[in-house]
Amino acid sequence: MNVEYSLPNPRDEIERQIAVGRFAHAQTLLASYWQANPGLATAPFVLSQFKKLRAALGATKVRVAILRSFTVEPLVPLLRAAAAASRIDLQVYVGGFNTYAQEILDGSSGLYQFRPEIVMLAVQTRDLVPELWNDYSRLNATEVGDVVHRATELLRDLIGTFRARSQASLVAHTLELPMFPSQGVFDLQSGYGQLATIRELNECICACAREHNGVYALDYDALIARNGRRHWRDEQKWLAVRLPISANCLIHQVNEWMRFIQPLSGRICKALVMDLDNTLWGGVVGEEGIEGIALGSEYPGSAYLDFQRSILDLYHRGVILAVCSKNNEREAMDVLRHHPRMLLRPEHFGAIRINWKEKAHNLSEIAAELNVGADALAFVDDNLVECEKVRLALPEVYVIQLPSDPARYSLTLRGNPVFERLTLSTEDHNRNCYYATQRRRQELKNNTGSLEEFYRSLRQRVVFADVSSKTLSRVAQLTQKTNQFNLTTRRYREQDIVAMLARPEFRIITISVSDRFGDNGIVGVAITIDEGPACEIDTLLLSCRVIGRTIETALLAHLIQQARSRGLGLLKGWFLPTARNAPASDFYPSHGFFLSRKESQGSLWQFDLATSKHTFPEWIEIQEVKNTNYEHSYD
Amino acid sequence: MIDRIRRLAADLFNLPAERISPSSSSADIKAWDSLQHLNLILAIEQEFQIQLEPEDPERMKTIYDVAKQVEYKLASRA
Repeated sequence: MNVEYSLPNPRDEIERQIAVGRFAHAQTLLASYWQANPGLATAPFVLSQFKKLRAALGATKVRVAILRSFTVEPLVPLLRAAAAASRIDLQVYVGGFNTYAQEILDGSSGLYQFRPEIVMLAVQTRDLVPELWNDYSRLNATEVGDVVHRATELLRDLIGTFRARSQASLVAHTLELPMFPSQGVFDLQSGYGQLATIRELNECICACAREHNGVYALDYDALIARNGRRHWRDEQKWLAVRLPISANCLIHQVNEWMRFIQPLSGRICKALVMDLDNTLWGGVVGEEGIEGIALGSEYPGSAYLDFQRSILDLYHRGVILAVCSKNNEREAMDVLRHHPRMLLRPEHFGAIRINWKEKAHNLSEIAAELNVGADALAFVDDNLVECEKVRLALPEVYVIQLPSDPARYSLTLRGNPVFERLTLSTEDHNRNCYYATQRRRQELKNNTGSLEEFYRSLRQRVVFADVSSKTLSRVAQLTQKTNQFNLTTRRYREQDIVAMLARPEFRIITISVSDRFGDNGIVGVAITIDEGPACEIDTLLLSCRVIGRTIETALLAHLIQQARSRGLGLLKGWFLPTARNAPASDFYPSHGFFLSRKESQGSLWQFDLATSKHTFPEWIEIQEVKNTNYEHSYD
Repeated sequence: MIDRIRRLAADLFNLPAERISPSSSSADIKAWDSLQHLNLILAIEQEFQIQLEPEDPERMKTIYDVAKQVEYKLASRA
């Protein structure tokens, strides 16, 4: 049992890297250490090291509250360590035992005092509806109906009350199904089976999630099923200390929470960059040729096909795909274009680097070409050395080292929290086409003479529209994800936007752009607040896809025109610098704004609406859409 | 066995291993409260793939007791 390791102790190595100030590298090692040894014994070490790193790394701070009907305390250090491995600095509040209802219904409860950003509602079937769990065989149809009715009312009341009281996101567990229904196999044959009844309550939870902004359902029963119902439960600990989950499965609960916490904290990867040989297909095309590589309906080719299927699913979720591979370009492109069983084709990729350069070099180029930071990239490769080299050279990149068995490849992507999204807009679905047309735009830019000529040749059309119920989630998503052309980097959730709509001084405008190459969808947001004779720009952001095409100038002209038409005299706005928004730094001065105040966190700029001039770029066609949905009267 | 339990307890309580001896108990280790006792049991269960009864802290007062209990469980499993 006693194994002695001759390799350098990973803990010592992490502490050494911190001591010499290589924080990003130390964080990468810490994350790998946690991935390899997640547990209650390692969590304190991970947390104590992360404490030294979090400030230097600019870790995201998140406040999570757990409302529960069972013991969750041992899950807390595990959750905080898992979050730390993803650069999230988690503060956790645990609600009183089985007092989830009081916590939500009492406006002065510890829950609301904690001011959480994310709330987990973890209630077990046997606690919410003990009759259905324990006494199902003894109930008649009317009694079952009564229980379901009462539970539905309670759930709706709790979720509705919470939504009205707090702006936090709510993640509600669904209810667990019994391992063996009380009526045995007859359960599914009977008119009102135990399983069907509990599923009906689960449908109610999912319906609440669909009806309310910022409410999400966590499929607790599916989580148990994935890990094996027999292994999940620990009946002894449930009876002794009210902990229903076995020691081995605690980490699975924590990882499931992370699938929500990561997208809700913006700690996700926007792009997946992949290797080719032994990653998308089996074998090396340079040696075995296009006919020799493994890809098709038989093993191991079927495993690679399944991996491509899981990548294609991410593509449809809005994850940008890119290739970074050491091959002869002609041979590799031949496979991408012509292999009959390939699911991924050149048009699926936003950037392609097939050459013999260092992968870290190519990854930096890909990040620049896609206009995202290196920390928005995930990189997947089968080759241990390549993975290690990337980890060393670019510690911000999230590296996925594939397991040796290709049949297990797709599991590294499916369920991975960095690819989880909680809303899917049309823009997500189409993102990758945008990147493909972007490549063609770049070609045009290289072929036209003057910039103005280029702008004209794009034939851009811009639509300014008031936010509507349909565009609400896209607006919130853009404030969450836009880093570069973002003047204030204020992050808002859907429920925050809804709250603004209730206030007449707020205006929220979306910007959609199309051009001769295609429709980019909604790519920008402006939020303004009227106060006396002045209009303040609270938020002004543009997706990196349309930076450098004078869209920002048109947007500003629109805001100026609108503010003038409301009889205001002054337009003002803050520029709050971050590590990422340098592209927006000279936006105000270059558009005739004057500096009015400078403070440590940023600078305030203003524009005199009565005397200063600003015009729409003449090469952009403008359209305005006033929305009837959510409209206020501004008298 | 005792050393493995000592290291595990040291990790869990975030203390240097030297601070923990076979006779250490919740009486002389401040961090060893009832919640950490549960965490210790869970960490051991995960490490050794066994099941311990948490309702019986009397039988696992010291590091030595815990190690004996683990050895007993491992032996009865084999």
